[in-house]
Parts: sequence; C-alpha cells; structure tokens
Amino acid sequence: MDKLLNDFSPGLFLVQTVLLLLLIFIMVKYAWKPILNSLNEREEGIQGALDAAENAKKEMQNLQSDNEKLLKEARAEREGMLKEAREIKEKMIADAKGEAQEQANKMIAQAQESIRSEKHAALAELKNQVANISVEIAEKVVRGELADKKKQLSLVDKMLEDVTLN
Amino acid sequence: MKIVQKSIKFLTVLAIALCSFHGFASDSDKKNNDQNDGGIIDTKKEVEEYILHHIQDSHDFNLFSYTNDAGERKHFGFPLPVIVSTSGGIKTFMSSEFHHNDDGTYVVTKGNVKLVKLHGKIYEIEAGDEVEFVDHHPTNAHKVLDFSITKSVMGVLLVGLLLLWWFSSLARQYKKRQVPTGFGRVLEPLVIYVRDEIARPNIGEKHYRRFTGYLMTVFFFIWILNLLGLTPLGFNVTGQLAVTACLAIFTLVIYTASGNKHYWGHILWMPGVPILIRPVLAIIELAGALVIKPFSLLVRLFANISAGHIVVMSLIAIMFTLKQSLGVVGATGLSLVLSFFITLIEVLVAFLQAYIFTMLSALFIGMSVEEAHH
Repeated sequence: MDKLLNDFSPGLFLVQTVLLLLLIFIMVKYAWKPILNSLNEREEGIQGALDAAENAKKEMQNLQSDNEKLLKEARAEREGMLKEAREIKEKMIADAKGEAQEQANKMIAQAQESIRSEKHAALAELKNQVANISVEIAEKVVRGELADKKKQLSLVDKMLEDVTLN
Repeated sequence: MKIVQKSIKFLTVLAIALCSFHGFASDSDKKNNDQNDGGIIDTKKEVEEYILHHIQDSHDFNLFSYTNDAGERKHFGFPLPVIVSTSGGIKTFMSSEFHHNDDGTYVVTKGNVKLVKLHGKIYEIEAGDEVEFVDHHPTNAHKVLDFSITKSVMGVLLVGLLLLWWFSSLARQYKKRQVPTGFGRVLEPLVIYVRDEIARPNIGEKHYRRFTGYLMTVFFFIWILNLLGLTPLGFNVTGQLAVTACLAIFTLVIYTASGNKHYWGHILWMPGVPILIRPVLAIIELAGALVIKPFSLLVRLFANISAGHIVVMSLIAIMFTLKQSLGVVGATGLSLVLSFFITLIEVLVAFLQAYIFTMLSALFIGMSVEEAHH
C-alpha cells in the first residue's frame, strides 16, 4: 500500500486530467458528434427506405386484391348478364309461343264460328228453297189435276225430275 | 504500387527512428556506467526489480540497453522533457541530463535547485549537495510536483492523436459517402458496438446521446493503451494509478453531476424502509456512490493491467531464471510457449478491461439518470 501510494504521481494525475478533458472535448466535437449524427441519419434513412418498401408492398397487395375483387365483380356481373339474357330469351320464346298459340286458337275459333254461321245460313236458305219448291210443286200439281188426269201425272213426274236439290 | 509506396514510407520512418535512437545512444556517458538500470539481469531478484521498474512510469523512453565489449553501458531510446515545479519555480530540461541515473546519486543543478532522480521520481535536495539515505529513504530531499512528459504522458498523447486521426477521418468520410471505406470500415462497427451494446442498454434510450461521447473516448482510450502496453515499446499507462484514478474520477464527476431527483432520493432518504434505518442507509449509499464505485473502477483497471504486465514479464524471465534446471532450450521453449498463450489472454484482457470500465461507467451513469417508474 505504501509502495502504491509512493507510485501515485500527482503530477501525472493532473497532466492526465487535462489531457483527458482536452481529448474528450476534441473527440466529441470532431469525431463522435459527426459520426453519431451520420450513423443516426443513415439508420433513419435505412429505416425509412424499409418502411417505404413495406408500404409499397402493402399497397401492391391492396391493389392486387382490389384488382381481384374488381375482376370477380366483373365476372359475376357478366354471368348475371348472361343469365338474364338467357332468361329474357326464354321468356320471349315462351311469350311468343303463348301468343302464337292464342292467336291460332283465336283464329280457329273464328273460323269455326264462321263455318257454323255459314252452315246455319245455308241450311236456312235450303229450307226456304225447299219450302218454295214444295209450294210451287203443290201449285202445279193442283193445276194439272184440274186438266187431265194423265197429264197431271206426267206433269208431276216431269216436275219431280226438274226438282233438283241444289 | 500502393504497397510499394507504403513500404517505402514505413522504411523511411524506421530509418529516421533508428537514426534518432543512435544519436541518443551515442551520448551515453562513460563516467556513469554504473547506473542502476539493472545492467545485465540474471538473478530472480534482478528480474523482480526490473519488472517493478517497468511497471513504474519513466522519464525517458528506453527501448533496450546493452553493455558493449568495452564495458560501456549503451541505451537505445530517447530522452523526454522533464517539467517540475520546484521551490525555485518551474524547471524544464531533458531527462538525458540525469544520464540514466535512478538511485539519486547524480545531481542536476538548475539555478539554485538541486534535483535527483530516485526510483523514477524526481526529488529536490533541501540541504547539502548529496542525498542522504536512512533505510533507503531520502532524509534531506522531497518529491517535487512533476508535470514531465513522461513515458505515460507520451503514451496518452500518442493515443489521443491516434484516436483523433482515426475517428476524425471516419467523421470526414461520412460527409462524402454513407458507408465508410478502408480503415473506417473497421472503426464503424466498434463505434456502433459501444453505442448499442454499452451506452444504449445501460443508460436508456432517452439520455444515452449525452454520454456516448465520453464513453466512446474512454473505451477507445483504455483499449488502445492496453494494447499498446502489450507491444515491446513497454508502455504501462493504464497500469498507472494516477491514470486510472483520473478516469474513475471523471466517471464519478459525470454520474454525480447528472444524478436526478430520483437518484439522490434513493441515496439520501431511501423510500420504502423504516425511517430509523434511512440515515444509516444514506451513509452506506453515499459511501458506495462516492467512494466504492470509483475505487472499484480504478483498482480493477490498474490491477488487471499491472498484473498482466507482471505475469508476461515473469514468464519471459523463465528463460533465464530456470536456465539452470531446464537447460537453455528447455527454459526458452517453456518461456516462449507460456508467454505466448498469456499474451493471447492479455489481448483479450485488454479489450475486456476497456469494456468493463466503459460498461460500469455507463451503468453508474444509467443509475443516476434513471427515471422514477413506480
């Protein structure tokens, strides 16, 4: 201990204190401050670049998912449109068919109706004519009877021949 | 092409260095070849003294010494300036004026002040022309306040300049580009390491920016000085009590000055314990905060580094202390293997001690700026 104290040099201590103080101030001013600042700047720069890359990646992902969504929507829309078109087509066909059927039915019904009325008219006319003819026959018969029996008979025959059921 | 340029540069530096060493070596004094720098070291006691001498700070930068054929002691190294505050004012001269004398027998006279160097310390003689000893303690001389550029101060200056050069060039690189090149690429992860592993987790996200400068300076300062201590240059700066004490006191001042209400509240009037115990706790806490914490910091660093130096040098000394029992080859081999592995461990310790010092400083600062969270 005595030897240690004897070895302790106050002069060296003072010199070392002054030199260390100087060294610390000079080093801080000319070395540590600029170095640490540049390091910090660089680290911040790197961090910024990394963050930017990460953001870009995220944005890309967002864009991609957006695109996909859009694509999906478009596809769905197309499908919907196609389906609708098909439906419309079918409906139109069905409608057309129904209408045609109706029209045909209507026409048939009309035709039947007209046939029926024509028939009625024809029958009525026929009846009239038959009645007229009958009356005429009857008239002629009555007249022939009045002249000659034979003549009357031949008249009747002749008349009957004339009668045509037209 | 670059390598060629670099090697030319290196060789030039080496040549200049060697020239200057030689210049100093040539003025070694013939009259003083009995200086007690250890001379040739053979015995255990001499080894011990040599190691203790190395652990101490030194007034000149000595790389190695040898005795030539003519019996002259030659020293390779260079002198450092001595600046002392004496009774006759501040005196400055080169340490070469002591002629490597370290036992207080060579007197340097500056004006009316007589100075001697004794065990690495400079003493001023109060009366008479010679130092008188009683029990190896000088009786008529006292230590002077020594501001010399000693070997440790030189190490501090060297590391300071190195740090400033490396890190200011790194700072300048950032102005031009985002990612540094060359040596800056080595330094940058270390800076980030100290910031993210030491400062940030211990101090907290909110306050760490204020203290990072101090922590970085201290971390690199200690680490490079520890590593420098492992080179054959023989620095032992972080093994000087004065240096580690200074570092610890800096940390103490910082965490004491930045302590918030919560911190002082817990020290002086601990909540949640009976009132009567609080003053006792306050004394313990104050002692802990003001004495034990910095003391543990300063002693840990000093002891680890000094011990490392002593162990490495002792293992190298096996080469001659065990020469008798193991033979030259055996002793040298054992010494090489052991000191190699211990040096590897010391490289780890150099980092570890810097880390621990910085880490504990950060922890203490973190405790003092911690916000109340009840």
